[in-house]
Amino acid sequence: MSVVFDEKIHQTLDDSKLQLAIYTATGRLMEKRREAVAAGILPDYQELRTQANDLKKHTIENLDYYLEQFEANVTAHGGKVVYCKDATEVADFVLSLARERGAGLIVKSKSMTTEEVDLNERLEHHHLESVETDLGEYILQLAHERPYHIVAPALHKTRYQVADLFTEKLGVPNETVIEKQTMIARGVLRQKFLAADIGISGANFLVADSGAVVLVENEGNARLTTSAPKIHVAVAGLEKMIPRAQDLAVFLKLLGRSATGQELTVYTSFLSGPRRGEEIDGPDEFYVVLLDNGRTRLLADRDKRQSLYCIRCGACLNHCPVYRKIGGHSFPWVYSGPIGAIITPQFLGVTHEPGLPFASSLCGACAEVCPVKIDIPQVLLDLRSEVKKTEAREGHGKLERLAFRIWAWIMRHPGIYEMLGAMAASVAPPAENAGWLRDVPAAFNLPPVRAWLSQRDLPPPPARSFRQMWRRR
Amino acid sequence: MAEVLERIGYEVDFPEAQTCCGQPAFNTGYRAEAREVARHFLGVFRDAEYVVVPSGSCTSMITHHFAELFPKEPDMLAAAHALETRVWEFSKFLLEVAKVDDVGARLEEVVTFHDSCHALRELGIKQGPRRLLSHVQGLELREMDIPEECCGFGGTFSVKFPGISGGMARTKLDSIVRSGARAVVALDASCLMQIQGALSRAGLPIRTLHLAEVLASR
Repeated sequence: MSVVFDEKIHQTLDDSKLQLAIYTATGRLMEKRREAVAAGILPDYQELRTQANDLKKHTIENLDYYLEQFEANVTAHGGKVVYCKDATEVADFVLSLARERGAGLIVKSKSMTTEEVDLNERLEHHHLESVETDLGEYILQLAHERPYHIVAPALHKTRYQVADLFTEKLGVPNETVIEKQTMIARGVLRQKFLAADIGISGANFLVADSGAVVLVENEGNARLTTSAPKIHVAVAGLEKMIPRAQDLAVFLKLLGRSATGQELTVYTSFLSGPRRGEEIDGPDEFYVVLLDNGRTRLLADRDKRQSLYCIRCGACLNHCPVYRKIGGHSFPWVYSGPIGAIITPQFLGVTHEPGLPFASSLCGACAEVCPVKIDIPQVLLDLRSEVKKTEAREGHGKLERLAFRIWAWIMRHPGIYEMLGAMAASVAPPAENAGWLRDVPAAFNLPPVRAWLSQRDLPPPPARSFRQMWRRR
Repeated sequence: MAEVLERIGYEVDFPEAQTCCGQPAFNTGYRAEAREVARHFLGVFRDAEYVVVPSGSCTSMITHHFAELFPKEPDMLAAAHALETRVWEFSKFLLEVAKVDDVGARLEEVVTFHDSCHALRELGIKQGPRRLLSHVQGLELREMDIPEECCGFGGTFSVKFPGISGGMARTKLDSIVRSGARAVVALDASCLMQIQGALSRAGLPIRTLHLAEVLASR
């Protein structure tokens, strides 16, 4: 585990206000989801999950076919599909488009994919103003922070912190009422929408048979982003593909419920191509940027490519007892929580943060709520094995490996196993002092034991082993 | 566990060559080491009619993960699959094989039941242990508000990330305290070690009991 990862974890654990904020916010989302998928409300919930898993599996295994179909349909509607290999290619495409059209101002709706490629930073580097218009994302852009959560990016911010931030950055009077804060942001953002040359959105789904980009949102800012400026660019990971428009009947039922407990989000937009001649609204130009950034490499891995099924609902974060302790910013990349723990090592390499796949108790709460049934604990186990193989190859982690070799040897030698147990028991504290141990004899004061004792007491070894009791029966 | 099984008419054997299922190595990414321990396990229990395990986590390791360890060894793979259907978590064995929900236990205690993660989510064990507890004379079950939330043990996770693990344990403790129970019952000794260790550190007078201990009481 890197020092940075460890430090961020402890900073979050030690911040009691933040702990409460995370626990409360995720708890509320858990509760809403539970109500929304309850058997009395959505009787076919488990069947829908199975269908969603089947559909994603089929699409990912036939992605080449659906990509071609999608591109053909987008082109037929007068749009253009742009394939980008990595972050640089996405930024280069937007920059050259902006340069050719003389654009200076970009409005953005919420998109984890653009976060993944640091699009705002890359555009600002070339003096293009790119403004986030989702309220949470706007707050974070002012604060120069990354999203804390896939669905609720400013989950960690209290309204008092937002009030101070608005005063500092926008020069407005300190306002702690959330509705009024929203109106302040709206006042700023409306002007940006009207003046913007390009609107950049993400995509929740790409529909192959209709060449459509589907966006779900609650604030209406995505609809403005994609219709007010003359140019709309949707940036999406390749894996957002679904075969048919009718498949949305499955995915839309699951997405809102899993994310926020909503049957449907307030707005669901189906965007296919630029404005046609007779239409009043819509952009003149429509681009879909399809991002690879490591995704096609995952396609080759039969066991782990299920990681690409994710529809970014965030339910696994809310239900993860680890995320609920360490929050979003402890994670080494923009994707946090269980889904972040499985895709980060696959996109950036297992050595990027070797501790990440191990930061889980493997409780399985994530897999239980995943609407597309990704077996996250299984992928974590596979990644752990990969980390250890890489460490062995590179000569790291020798002590732990040796310990497990010795342990495995002992486990194959029951006589030695019993003898060592008896030895441990012989140094146990006397029976009258048989409470749980807070200290251990120096010989046992090893790093893992110290780590255990930093939080909890340790059971004393039993005076008599089970084997001894069994023999005396 | 042996006492309860004998009480309801089973002959219990304890093969003394047994040690561990290998899960600690498997979950820490050491598959080769886990494979060797699993091989030993399969050898020891090859002839058992039923293997009854006082742990949901170990059961799940054997029934869900052993097969993954032997992709290139057809004989071992066959042995792993052959054992899968004969390995039972204790409470599931009582209810589904022995078909007994009242083992004649008696314990004057107010308890709460902690759902061990692997028993709950990999083996689908939820109501079974509660049914068994409901037949224990003198026992009162008081549910926690978050019975299904992980205690934070997670094997080597508990010492690789002690801060997170300890935090999760304390969250669990709060819920245990709110339940008003005087004892926590679970299916896994590992969860109980984590919970009891945290209870002891917090100085709370609440004890931990394995389901087998409760059912053996009379």
